[in-house]
Amino acid sequence: MSTHSVGLQGRTQTRAADPRLKRNIVKGVTLVVLIILALLWLMPILWALDTSLKPESETTLIPVTWFSSHFTFQSYVTTLATSNMLRWYFNSILTSAIITAATVLVSSLAAFSFSRIPFRGRNVLFWIILAGIMIPGQILIVPLFTEMQSLGLVDTYWSIILPQIASPVMMFVFKQFFDGIPRELEESALMDGASRLRVYWQIWMPLSGPAIAAVAIFTFVFSWNNFILPFIMLTGNNMMTIPVGLATVQTSFGIHYAQIMASAVLGGVPVLIVFLFFQRQIVQGIAGTGLKG
Amino acid sequence: MSDLSIQEQAPRAAAQTRQQSRTSRWRTDLTGLGFVLPFLILYALFLIWPVILGLRMSFFNWSLGKGELEFLGLANYQELFSDPAFSSSLVNTLYFTVLSTPVLIILAFLLAWLVNRAIPAQWLFRAIFFAPFVLSVSVVVLIWSWLYEPGFGLINGTLTAIGLKEVNWLTDTHVAMLAVVLLTAWWTVGFNFVLYLAGMQQIPSELYEAASIDGAGTMAQTRWITIPQLGRISTLILILQVIASLQVFGQIYLLTSGGPNFSTRPMIQYIYQSGFTSFRVGFASAISFVFFILILIISIGQFLLVSRQRRDA
Repeated sequence: MSTHSVGLQGRTQTRAADPRLKRNIVKGVTLVVLIILALLWLMPILWALDTSLKPESETTLIPVTWFSSHFTFQSYVTTLATSNMLRWYFNSILTSAIITAATVLVSSLAAFSFSRIPFRGRNVLFWIILAGIMIPGQILIVPLFTEMQSLGLVDTYWSIILPQIASPVMMFVFKQFFDGIPRELEESALMDGASRLRVYWQIWMPLSGPAIAAVAIFTFVFSWNNFILPFIMLTGNNMMTIPVGLATVQTSFGIHYAQIMASAVLGGVPVLIVFLFFQRQIVQGIAGTGLKG
Repeated sequence: MSDLSIQEQAPRAAAQTRQQSRTSRWRTDLTGLGFVLPFLILYALFLIWPVILGLRMSFFNWSLGKGELEFLGLANYQELFSDPAFSSSLVNTLYFTVLSTPVLIILAFLLAWLVNRAIPAQWLFRAIFFAPFVLSVSVVVLIWSWLYEPGFGLINGTLTAIGLKEVNWLTDTHVAMLAVVLLTAWWTVGFNFVLYLAGMQQIPSELYEAASIDGAGTMAQTRWITIPQLGRISTLILILQVIASLQVFGQIYLLTSGGPNFSTRPMIQYIYQSGFTSFRVGFASAISFVFFILILIISIGQFLLVSRQRRDA
């Protein structure tokens, strides 16, 4: 077929318009389908936003409507004033920040050693740690709680910080990245008598921006969203993180839908902002580890 | 330095370097371990130790708060195998996994396929489909309980507005699990979607060009190029998805509390309730262990499948 059309140059001109038109139509249809799907995907978030901006009395009207006689921020004001939201924000930010910093430090140190220090037994140790990926963390809640109880850490920040630091996956991400850095860089520094710790801190870490960003963003989002661990460990309302606190909102607000949606929006906005800022890194981080793994 | 002196010094120097290399060997071992140590301690304390502790607790009549009471041997395990609540939560978990896994994989593939085709504003579509994934389970459930609300909920309101009948999303035993799957699809499909999209963008375009010269249409190209080229990614997604689906808890617990009539209660919720509302942590640990072994068998089985697939490839 291709030789045919090349041979009859005069006719290809008129024929070529056809497939191009067809391709444009297909592209147009694809785009329309995608736009509809995207709107459908945004619908729950838009509806939550819409409800949160309505006066409470207009949230339960039938038939359902997106419009309101007057949009208002009243529910946000009430929610912030009557719930413990700000305190939960503080708890979430504090614990997630500590977990993130500790994870970056601890797992990059370990990965540096596995990647660059030829100590005896490192392969065995590496596989032991990697095998930890197979342990489903959610299942360990009962013994983990008992352990925290005997350590006297239940209902403290430590009870949710400590178990979330040593992540085999994050260590693996660093290891993969470090393995790709050329050896010469560190050899000349070691030759000059620099210690391994200095090599790690002054040469390795500054070079590892992308890996640090990926691990930090993921750890932050995951620990911010972690539900089951703070749910079992934190009992005092003042200790709760956003996800656990929000889970109590539905029952405590009763049927005040505008307020409930306002708190959902308030709970979701910080991570959505983080996501919008770091969209590329997050997506590439997932894709990168996924494609290599 | 002259040749002579080198020859004289050679044996001594060799002994010296041997001595030196032995101490530097030790130094390397110590430094290497030192770097790993902080990770290793946390790993051992909060991942490995709970496994061991859980195994020990499962052989005891162990109560929350009172500690170990008496050694029971395998009694906890015997009890759970004849426990209807255990088998029903296991069935619910498997049901959720069987329902959600194909949806989350096929939907992710379709979305990635569409986005990969549309050139304008690709990043925007990618962001929109992925965004729900970064929301915490509580936010997602608050929004979706509101959507599922009878009467003035958006979904039922829309259904009645176009003349259809209302669905009792959360109170009908036949529908509740579908409601959970729908919510989960919206919430988490973005992860698989991003993996697929990245995979599609790595397929060399020459393959498509060659195929279109041979007259293959879009569908044929998808069938004979895209899907086979994504084989490895698909297996990875399948493995991750099954493991994640088996561990479902948060969205079910918050959306339906495992109801109506326990028809959606998953394994993890049963573990949670046995441990923290019935205070039988020994029994709860036994459930955890059986479930742990089950997940392990499934994931190892899948890994073996993958390695066979890779060998064949």
